[in-house]
Amino acid sequence: MVDRSAPVYESGEADRLPAHDHEVYNTIAQESDFVELRKRYGSFAFPATIAFMAWYILYIVCNNWARNFMNIEVLPNINVALVWGLLQFVSTFAIAYFYARHARKSLDPLSSKLRDEFDRETGR
Amino acid sequence: MNTAMLVPLATGSRALTISLFLAVVAVTLYITFWASRHSKTAADYYAGGRSFSGFQNGLAVSGDYMSAASFLGISGAIALYGYDGFLYSIGFLVAWLVALLLIAELLRNSGKYTMADQLAYRMRQTPVRSAAATSTIVVSIFYLLAQMVGAGALVGLLLGVTSPALKNIVIVLVGVLMIIYVTFGGMKGTTWVQIVKAVMLMVGTVVITFLVLVQFGFNLSELLGTAAEKSGKGAAFLEPGLLYGKDLVGKFDFLSLGLALVLGTAGLPHILIRFYTTPTAHAARKSVLWAIGLIGSFYLMTLVLGFGAAALVPTGDGSQIKTSAGNAASPLLAQAVGGGEGTIGGSILLAVISAVAFATILAVVAGLTLTSASSVAHDLYANVIKKGEASERSELIVVRIAAFGIGAIAILLAIPAQRLNIAFLVALAFAVAASANLPALLYNLFWKRFNTRGAVFSIYGGLIMAVLLVTFSPVVSGTPESLFPSVDFAWFPLKNPGLVSIPFGFLCGFVGTLISKEIHSAERYDELSVRALTGAGAEKAVMH
Repeated sequence: MVDRSAPVYESGEADRLPAHDHEVYNTIAQESDFVELRKRYGSFAFPATIAFMAWYILYIVCNNWARNFMNIEVLPNINVALVWGLLQFVSTFAIAYFYARHARKSLDPLSSKLRDEFDRETGR
Repeated sequence: MNTAMLVPLATGSRALTISLFLAVVAVTLYITFWASRHSKTAADYYAGGRSFSGFQNGLAVSGDYMSAASFLGISGAIALYGYDGFLYSIGFLVAWLVALLLIAELLRNSGKYTMADQLAYRMRQTPVRSAAATSTIVVSIFYLLAQMVGAGALVGLLLGVTSPALKNIVIVLVGVLMIIYVTFGGMKGTTWVQIVKAVMLMVGTVVITFLVLVQFGFNLSELLGTAAEKSGKGAAFLEPGLLYGKDLVGKFDFLSLGLALVLGTAGLPHILIRFYTTPTAHAARKSVLWAIGLIGSFYLMTLVLGFGAAALVPTGDGSQIKTSAGNAASPLLAQAVGGGEGTIGGSILLAVISAVAFATILAVVAGLTLTSASSVAHDLYANVIKKGEASERSELIVVRIAAFGIGAIAILLAIPAQRLNIAFLVALAFAVAASANLPALLYNLFWKRFNTRGAVFSIYGGLIMAVLLVTFSPVVSGTPESLFPSVDFAWFPLKNPGLVSIPFGFLCGFVGTLISKEIHSAERYDELSVRALTGAGAEKAVMH
């Protein structure tokens, strides 16, 4: 439902929500559980992003500028370049796995608790 | 374009190939009409009722993402250029971590049907939705053209059609099919088409990979050694440098491409709207995890396919793989491991892989058309023109008209666009997505001060810069391979604009934000954060 008492629709989709929803959102935003959730999310997502980007860009840079190193054969016909390329797959799978575990253990319990609180407060 | 060079593949299996193509068309049309009977509401049409499980959507995401360019293109590039051909797939895979860690769940929780929904929560709707719709349509059209041009060339190759007129007919037929899928099936039909395609693609790839590995006794080293020897390039075939970074400009060009690939995926509108088809953010996360697993194993298998083709099928000058720019590598390899040309096994595998490639094209073009049509109907019509007062019924009529219109435009553009390089169109779509969409999405989620002007600046700034740089690059003019080889107005040395346009998009968003006095958006940031991180008040699945 469009809530006519809120500021004009033009100022954002948020204004279509009932005024009470805004109060509940802003209350939750101040709660220690939410502050903790945001911290836990950021403490994994941001360092992990910086890490995999740096690891990937380093790989690209070495493909360009460290070819002697990349061409070293580790096993017959298998050089550092190919191994590093395959390690990009391994690191991607690993980060995905660890994020899923982190989310399941540390994020999901808090987020579902806060979501229940929102539903209760807004009568959904 | 020299069509005489395009030697048709073995004709023995053509009847079988055509029957399998028709079977693909029949199955997908059946799915479409089944889906149209089960789609009633706007949430059904735009988001498949948000009722797909994480696994189903993971398959559909993979089906949406693994285009013919990655199925035939990457294995072909490996067959021709060895190790360097493999590099595309690494960027394509690592990119999914951006989607997993920063975008998928938060977008599912805070948006509704389109990419713009997420921005529009705390921004002024008209400017932000207009900008997001513009970049959605531009990215999707570039990507769509790449797929349709590819479809014309590919189906021509697979069926042995060489005349330009027949290729145009193929493009029109693919276009008509995609209009039917999207107009009638909506997101439900499109998703099931993508699921079917993903299963076909994975099964087909596993079979060929297994057959290749059997020939080499599951010894990777022997496969690589044989490929290097048969390629005629020796050890260099396994080392960096045959395709990318031949000189200093080339090295920066490769860096630029790598950045666009890794940052573009999470800004591709047709990927973003897939996250809305799940009931919860938890399911959206699961679907990205499945997608990473499926796409990762698929790209590992293309490594075997590419080197397998180099080892088992001729790739020298004048070979079919060479003249098809690598696109024929997978089908010809399938024929070779099935027993060779003229054998029953070879003909069957060739026909099956051709049908997989055909299904791939259909699934991807359907997803792209749906994305553009959704943005036209939901962002431009319902929210910019009607200011949020459009009835659901009128929105659902407009989205179908839009699907028809975009499909028609794509057909009309694809016919003259056949001169364009497919890899260039795909790379440009990724560059625009990374330069225009990703900065706006990330700023909106993680920067409180971000506001309407910042969003509009980053989207238009990144979009215009990416397109401008390509226009004045060697892709368009100045070299014999350019679009206009006889003139030279290229002053930007790189073929890929990302290295400049991505930071520029972020900078525009930053500057735009700071020079605006809007405070409303910052006041709503906490609400958006609560919504995005907890899913409180998120759109729920449709119960039937």
